[in-house]
Amino acid sequence: MPESDLSPLHAVLEELASQGRAALLPALHAAQDLYGHIPEPVAFEIGRVLRVPLAEVHGVIDFYALFSREPAAKTVIQVCNDPVCAMAGSEEFLKTLRRQNVTVHQAPCLGLCEHAPAIIVREAQRGHVKPGKITETIGEAPRSLLGGDIALLTRNCGTGRATALLEYEAAGGYLALRKVLTLPPDQVIAEIKASGLVGRGGAAFPTGLKWEGAAKATGERKFVVCNGDEAEPGTFKDRVIMEEDPHGVLEGLIIAAYAIGANKGYLFIRGEYHRAFKTMAVAVAEARAGGHLGASVLGSDFAFDVEVRRGAGAYVCGEETALFEAIEGKRGFPRVKPPFPTTHGLFGMPTVINNVETLRNVPLILTLGTARYRSLGTEKSPGPKLFCVSGDVARPGLYEVPFGVTIRHLLEDLAGGIRKGHRLQAILFGGAAGAFATEKDLDVRLSFEDLRAAGLPLGSGVVMVFDESRDLRDILLRLARFFAHESCGKCYPCQIGTQRQMEILERIAAGGALLSDAACLSDVGWTMTDASLCGLGQTAASAVISALKLWPRLFEGR
Amino acid sequence: MDTPVQLTIDDQAVSAAPGTTIHKAARAAGIVIPTICYHDYCTANALCRICVVEVEGSRTLVPACVAFVAEGMRVRTQTERVRRARKNILEMLASTVDLSEAPEILALMKEYGADAQRFPGALKRDPPLVDDNPMYIRDYAKCILCWRCVQVCASDAQYTYAINFEKRGFHTQISTFFQRPMPLTTCVFCGQCVGVCPTGALKSRRAWLLEQGMLE
Amino acid sequence: MSIVTTTCPYCGVGCKLELHVKDGVIYNVTSPFNSVVNHGNLCVKGRFGYDFVYSPKRVTVPLIRKVPQVPGSRTQAFDRSEWREATWDEALDLVADRLTGIYSRDGSRAMAVYCCAKATNEDNYLLQKLFRALFRTHNVDHCTRLCHAGSVVALQMAVGSSAMSNTAAEVVENDVFIITGSNTTENHPIIALQMKAAVEKHGAKLIVVDPRRVEMVDYATLWLPLRPGTDVAVFSAMAHVILKEKLCDEAFIRERTENMEAFAASMEKFTPEFAESVSGVKRNLIIEAARLYAKARNAAIYWSLGIPESSHGTDNAFSLIHLALLTGHIGRRGNGLNPLRGQNNVQGASDAGAMPWHFPGYQPVDDDASARKFEEAWHVEPGGLGRKRGLTTTEIVSAIAPEGVRALYIMGENPMMSEPNLNHTRHKLQDLEFLVAQDLFINESGAFADVLLPATSWAEKEGTFTNTDRRVQLVRQAIEPRGQSRPDWKILCDLAKRLEARLGRPESAFWDYACPSEILEEMGRLVPDYAGVKYGRLAEEGLQTPVYDDQHPGTPVLFTERFTRGRAKFHPLDFRPAAETPDKEFPFILTTGRVLEHWHGGSMTRNSKLDDLYPEALMELHPDDAKRLDLSDKQPVRVRSRRGEVVLRITVTTRTTPGVVFIPFHFREAAANLLTNDVLDPLAKIPEYKACAVRISPARPEDLEKPEARQPRGRY
Repeated sequence: MPESDLSPLHAVLEELASQGRAALLPALHAAQDLYGHIPEPVAFEIGRVLRVPLAEVHGVIDFYALFSREPAAKTVIQVCNDPVCAMAGSEEFLKTLRRQNVTVHQAPCLGLCEHAPAIIVREAQRGHVKPGKITETIGEAPRSLLGGDIALLTRNCGTGRATALLEYEAAGGYLALRKVLTLPPDQVIAEIKASGLVGRGGAAFPTGLKWEGAAKATGERKFVVCNGDEAEPGTFKDRVIMEEDPHGVLEGLIIAAYAIGANKGYLFIRGEYHRAFKTMAVAVAEARAGGHLGASVLGSDFAFDVEVRRGAGAYVCGEETALFEAIEGKRGFPRVKPPFPTTHGLFGMPTVINNVETLRNVPLILTLGTARYRSLGTEKSPGPKLFCVSGDVARPGLYEVPFGVTIRHLLEDLAGGIRKGHRLQAILFGGAAGAFATEKDLDVRLSFEDLRAAGLPLGSGVVMVFDESRDLRDILLRLARFFAHESCGKCYPCQIGTQRQMEILERIAAGGALLSDAACLSDVGWTMTDASLCGLGQTAASAVISALKLWPRLFEGR
Repeated sequence: MDTPVQLTIDDQAVSAAPGTTIHKAARAAGIVIPTICYHDYCTANALCRICVVEVEGSRTLVPACVAFVAEGMRVRTQTERVRRARKNILEMLASTVDLSEAPEILALMKEYGADAQRFPGALKRDPPLVDDNPMYIRDYAKCILCWRCVQVCASDAQYTYAINFEKRGFHTQISTFFQRPMPLTTCVFCGQCVGVCPTGALKSRRAWLLEQGMLE
Repeated sequence: MSIVTTTCPYCGVGCKLELHVKDGVIYNVTSPFNSVVNHGNLCVKGRFGYDFVYSPKRVTVPLIRKVPQVPGSRTQAFDRSEWREATWDEALDLVADRLTGIYSRDGSRAMAVYCCAKATNEDNYLLQKLFRALFRTHNVDHCTRLCHAGSVVALQMAVGSSAMSNTAAEVVENDVFIITGSNTTENHPIIALQMKAAVEKHGAKLIVVDPRRVEMVDYATLWLPLRPGTDVAVFSAMAHVILKEKLCDEAFIRERTENMEAFAASMEKFTPEFAESVSGVKRNLIIEAARLYAKARNAAIYWSLGIPESSHGTDNAFSLIHLALLTGHIGRRGNGLNPLRGQNNVQGASDAGAMPWHFPGYQPVDDDASARKFEEAWHVEPGGLGRKRGLTTTEIVSAIAPEGVRALYIMGENPMMSEPNLNHTRHKLQDLEFLVAQDLFINESGAFADVLLPATSWAEKEGTFTNTDRRVQLVRQAIEPRGQSRPDWKILCDLAKRLEARLGRPESAFWDYACPSEILEEMGRLVPDYAGVKYGRLAEEGLQTPVYDDQHPGTPVLFTERFTRGRAKFHPLDFRPAAETPDKEFPFILTTGRVLEHWHGGSMTRNSKLDDLYPEALMELHPDDAKRLDLSDKQPVRVRSRRGEVVLRITVTTRTTPGVVFIPFHFREAAANLLTNDVLDPLAKIPEYKACAVRISPARPEDLEKPEARQPRGRY
């Protein structure tokens, strides 16, 4: 579309205008899609119609990696260059792209780790790519790789396609919602509290308490938000659920809304997850047509509707308050907490925000009943859990197990052990923001309490495996690059610390470490951990600090 | 009036009204908690983290400029952990921007024994000076991203919204819409931004010309 | 290096400034964040507009015209080659000789003076004292006549006091407020910030009544876009609604007002339907506005020159006052009637007696007791001071004639830019026998003068300004006077002594002040409202008048218990349209005003970097009109009225409404006042700047006086 032709933009803006600033990200996405980038006159029109100050439009465009002020080639491809894809050959793949007329974005983890190396070409996810001409059919279409001891959260997954509404209902879907609509909201909250469910996004906050807080808070409006901004390197569980079991997530969200008295919900899905976004949008349309959403949910007097939103390339928006800012049409800066979302969330109103996997647990709990749900897992970590196993194992994939199985069971029995001819060097637990485990940790049980005792974070369920052939300094550098790229820049420790951490690791990875580097790295790391504003900065040095403890010699300088 | 909250700061018993920040409660008790981005007349955003303190029971350090006092709270403002964070933040800042016109930050560096050369080979933010209007210059090589200028241009004072951020993370810079020269923006040249800039990044053009020996 | 705290020399807000000085050069301006008036915020003029002090065009040596000027053929001399430099003695002796000569020959009626709303209280007090005590004339006025005279007269008649009733910063305590006839963001930028905060942070609801879509409309709940000149209809229709719907504060009306019945009867005809028919404002908007204002707990009205600058400006102001009296929205914090004064010291100059009908402190010249009091104070023989009102500014110009005014003294003002119908003003000034200008620059009026006395700027002298909310604040000297320039008060004392010697007065009126504080103390002895205003008490926040004695804390809110005149008085009103309404020949209504970057006649701002930001006059034209006239943005046009014409570029914008065009009046190259109508309000004698009929035709770029001057700006 030539930039001079603003008529298609105006058609989009006309629909969005009534939302004002809250429609800024959708408008910018539309512009980026129409023009391939966001030229000045287009940005001007968007600001004018949505009544957003122009400088702030500029600020928002610049914050999100998927928006660009500069023109791009017709074909834009995103190549994942995080550890797992790099180990699978993404660097070699990148080299072959130089002679092709494509615009290449080196993207942070695309959430396709079980299909590494992965790319996105013109919105299509492709895995196991090999050097060659870039088309939408390069490599393979990723198909979910499931395994595990149980299939509760993933019961509708594994088909390689989305479960439709009728299918979902035929399998017992929306029965939980139907039941819930007959209960008083506080009883629903009581059930969730009794189940012992805690958030699966990484922070492990008790879900029932969160709901109770928002239910009790006063506000003219309340919101529920599904956090589908999955971007922790090594994580792909939420993508699989959204792509294949969208109604399972939606049902959880509707129940949450009923429990706290919200009439509006948002599904915020990572910008790179085109397929999940489309799938969830179709599911919401189906649910609306089926009466599961709308002025009278399933004939009750409960009114609720959902808007599906796309992120735009900012890992930090996985942080709940940054995510609110993104929905509100702002730069994704995390807010100072307190106040917490339960009282001051989206648009300043009481809000419950839950991770995709968390919400998928909700209908399960209400269907199984608390007792049966709690019979899975351990006393302190009840229920099923998804683990994203990637890297140097025989069978990378998404594994569902009850809490309490050992790491060894997950890696050896389920994922087939270390790839042939190699042995385990390290396991990165919890993703980029995680910490390393080694051979000696293999018999640790996968539960919150056991992992905490072993000094390992459960995080979002990432289990990234490295064999003895991998240079951990290169892995750490890639993690550091990721954080430097994704730091929002709000607080100084993270804004500068992620940059300095990357610079020092560049030196170390290149074999040119200075004598002072290890101490500097440690100081920068602890300063970020202690003093950063949000979880991103607080965990940006987590893997580095754990490596410093485990393998100090890696960092020795001359 | 709500009953005052009782807490201790560095073992000193302090009483403060609910809703008071730790920073203000300490100030009233004669305890100085250092700040950089904080300004009494701007929204506090807890950016610089120089004001972090240790609060018993808190996993991370707590920014005193935005954290409120609570009953029975025990605050320590000079622990080793606190001092390490402050010193490192100062060192990182000095490795990033030109602090030559920020005497208050330089004084803090001295106080915390911060070494401006701690990070050899560190990338500096060093964009060229912007001289695009008759009233003030913008030298972002001195910009510490305290946000004050953006905020006073917005709802902290002027509601003009001429400036915002460009890029993100370490590479964040203050910018106009598509880097338009200031006269082509909504800027009303009130200079509220110049008034709150702590490092000389924003400066009246006459002051700058005087320094350059170019003032007629 | 030093930092000197002083008060801004521009608008009436009265912001506190800190002048940063190095080696005698002011290089930076800041403001303390704890300042009560402006909280550390400034506008472009206050923060950056001080460089006129150093303008190479500034006059810093007394100048005398080389070619003697004769009445009828007096010319304007902008170029320095037409002047010769003189010593102060020579220049002051010449002025003293010529003034006494004319006075001795023609008496008081030949003498007139323009005091100055930019000068200090002390300067103004002295200048009016000089002309009253020495030349026995009340032909003393200043530009207040051209700005808020209609408001002043109406407020004096209705409540007995003519200033803002409340403190500007109280706007955040309003639940509802009305802004009318004020482009606040450009003319009172710092009060506008507080207004924006009131809406955005404190939940206040704003009603804007203005023919232009001024920036504050963006913050408004209601905008009533009325045709210029129809204010009485709109506000009286609001009063009509308030009366009909019984939204009045009956107790307040009963206990604190008078003449309600006659007034209420006069409101019968002002139905919303009638108001809509004359003003173009939809009746429902008027009804909604009336309800919103009347039902508010705290509500205030802020207005500026859109109200008084009309041939029925006094009625316009009455129509606002009535709303407050009907609803009791006066005499309490967060309420009130607030005329926003335009200049840094227009309130103070008026308080100091720079007025033809009043001695200092609004004590009527036609009241014998008042006159006696001033005769005694100034050592004038009983009956020596006239008991008849003097001439107002516009009347002074008109009175220039062989049997009328012969000598004019102008301190700091610029009637050749600020009077209406400038072709008439030019013709009259040419007819003067003697003209003295005391100024920093040779402005359009000073260019006609015989003698130019170089005064100092505010940065080079001491004194006090009284801001729009009656706060008396200190002006402190930051730098030495430039060249040979002198503070106005010193020039005036020096001149007065020379005059007294020539006039042979037996007893001096007293001119031996050691410093300006002594002048203010003398004024305080004569003006009860200033009795407690002493320099020693002004250092921090100043004092809000009235301040009745040395212990009195000042008065942030007026009329809490009683009105100055006792009971407030309603005045029945009738609707009168503007004197000139559009017709076939002149189909547009022209309204005039200021822009943010400039200031009045431009003596200061057009000799500053401010001029680089806004270097030429632009006429606002609505897109519908531009389309109809086939004109495009920035195209030059010729604008004609019945009195004159100008050529300037247009800016096509929805800030104005169809049929209404706006021209800022700062630009000599396209002086808006060549077009304006010099018809006066019968009571206040204020001209109708805000509405006259014009026609517009395309012009060629070469018809512009400065075709090259164009600074592209994002906000215009």
